[in-house]
Amino acid sequence: MRFMMLMIPAVYQGPGESPAAPTPEAIAEMSVYNEALVKAGILLAGDGLHPPEKGARVKFAAGRKPVISDGPFSEAKEVLGGFWMIQVRSKDEAVEWARRCPAGDGDVIEVRQVFEPADFES
Amino acid sequence: MWRIESAAVIGAVARIVRDLGLAEEIAHDALIVALERWPVSGIPDNPGAWLVVTARRRAIDAVRRKRRLSEKQAALARELSLRHDGEEDSVERVALDEFGDDLLRLMFTACHPVLAAESRVALTLRLLGGLSTDEIARAFLVSESTIAQRIVRAKRTLSRAKVQFEVPQGAELAERLESVLGVIYLIYNEGYTATAGSAWMRPELCDEALRLGRMLAERTPAEPEVHGLVALMELQSSRARARAGSNGEPVMLLEQNRAAWDPLLIRRGLAALDRALKAGSVAGSYTLQAAIAACHARALTAEQTDWNEIARLYMLLGRVSPSPVIELNRAVAVSMASGPEAGLAILEAVATHPALQNYHHLPSVRGDILFKLGRLPEAREEFNRAAALTRNERERKLLLSRAQACLQV
Repeated sequence: MRFMMLMIPAVYQGPGESPAAPTPEAIAEMSVYNEALVKAGILLAGDGLHPPEKGARVKFAAGRKPVISDGPFSEAKEVLGGFWMIQVRSKDEAVEWARRCPAGDGDVIEVRQVFEPADFES
Repeated sequence: MWRIESAAVIGAVARIVRDLGLAEEIAHDALIVALERWPVSGIPDNPGAWLVVTARRRAIDAVRRKRRLSEKQAALARELSLRHDGEEDSVERVALDEFGDDLLRLMFTACHPVLAAESRVALTLRLLGGLSTDEIARAFLVSESTIAQRIVRAKRTLSRAKVQFEVPQGAELAERLESVLGVIYLIYNEGYTATAGSAWMRPELCDEALRLGRMLAERTPAEPEVHGLVALMELQSSRARARAGSNGEPVMLLEQNRAAWDPLLIRRGLAALDRALKAGSVAGSYTLQAAIAACHARALTAEQTDWNEIARLYMLLGRVSPSPVIELNRAVAVSMASGPEAGLAILEAVATHPALQNYHHLPSVRGDILFKLGRLPEAREEFNRAAALTRNERERKLLLSRAQACLQV
């Protein structure tokens, strides 16, 4: 089963400020964590995202053309900072891995299963 | 959590007690202690390290209690207890990569050539995969007690043969690594060849094999064939969603909808192949098979397939692991690259091989080539022969319809 671990950093929850650059210790800790995922043979993909102020949003409404707005997204409560996609045997296992992430105070990781064709078979 | 940590804990204990059965028991004891304590004290920051430290302590006690202390073992026990005094300090000192060697040792031990192939598979899935006896039984369509006995006997065999719990070195490494790779690929193929709609465990076997392969590759980065096998599995898995049609019928590679191929797994497969080629000077069997799979993966459409390259790779593969089936596949590639006449020549050279006499692909390929050469009555005969040889109903129907098509041109 595949799961996304979606990182919602504390800094991106609420009116936007740019996060301070991560400390060398934080980078090292996250490297160790990513290494662990690789060594366990479960990491399929993972990357960080550029900050919201560099991004854009496309908002859809019926009967109208989509509206495009540039970041930062002041009205958004939870904005993504990065993701991992892992291959594990159960949701419990995915949650356990997420729990071990050396995330910062207030960070949230949302764990969501990825649809696979087998899920569509009745 | 136990699924994540169990192999590392068993490995760490096995290094001390040198007995897989006892190691498993002690590891489970540590888990029970955790299950009793953690609801009260909270889950430790590094649960794996906690379990290993706890299990090691019990293992040292077991070694002291159960064995006569020869000088060597007394020294070992003293050395270990010196290293691990003070629970809090030890947990911090146990770095994640310390587990790496133990997992490797466990893998080599579970795949030891002294065991029968099916025992190696069961033991590997049990100790490294953390699968239950029941799950393993369902995957191989045998009874749970069969697997349970197989595992018990395997541990006993290892014990009696005094198999050392260690990573083989030097000259022994190549043969032992071949055994490990063989077990992993066996598990993968067991999952891959499952037909749609059979026991739900089967695709999970592919996932498990891939995971074990990736884990192994991380710990033996200099071994080209390990990366080769991982590349082969990633690439084969990339086609999983395109392999079955809407009625569950198998779809041949050249007819598959390539939009359904998984680009993530293709990218991973190509990266692993790259590592394999960089790690070794002469490509081995898994690496070559992966390279062939990569040729298909790189082609955006069937028409864009680089058949010359595939033919060349089959030639190299035939040198590394000679087999009439490989030669037959080479005939197909050559007929695609250089025309059916050239392919036919290669096919005829291998057609009398005893191993191919009941192999339905031989007449099937010959029929296809003869059809392309316009030799229709002969093609029809071959398709009928192939249809009679195959045991797969869908394939039989397909071959008969091809035979029929020879009359209508």
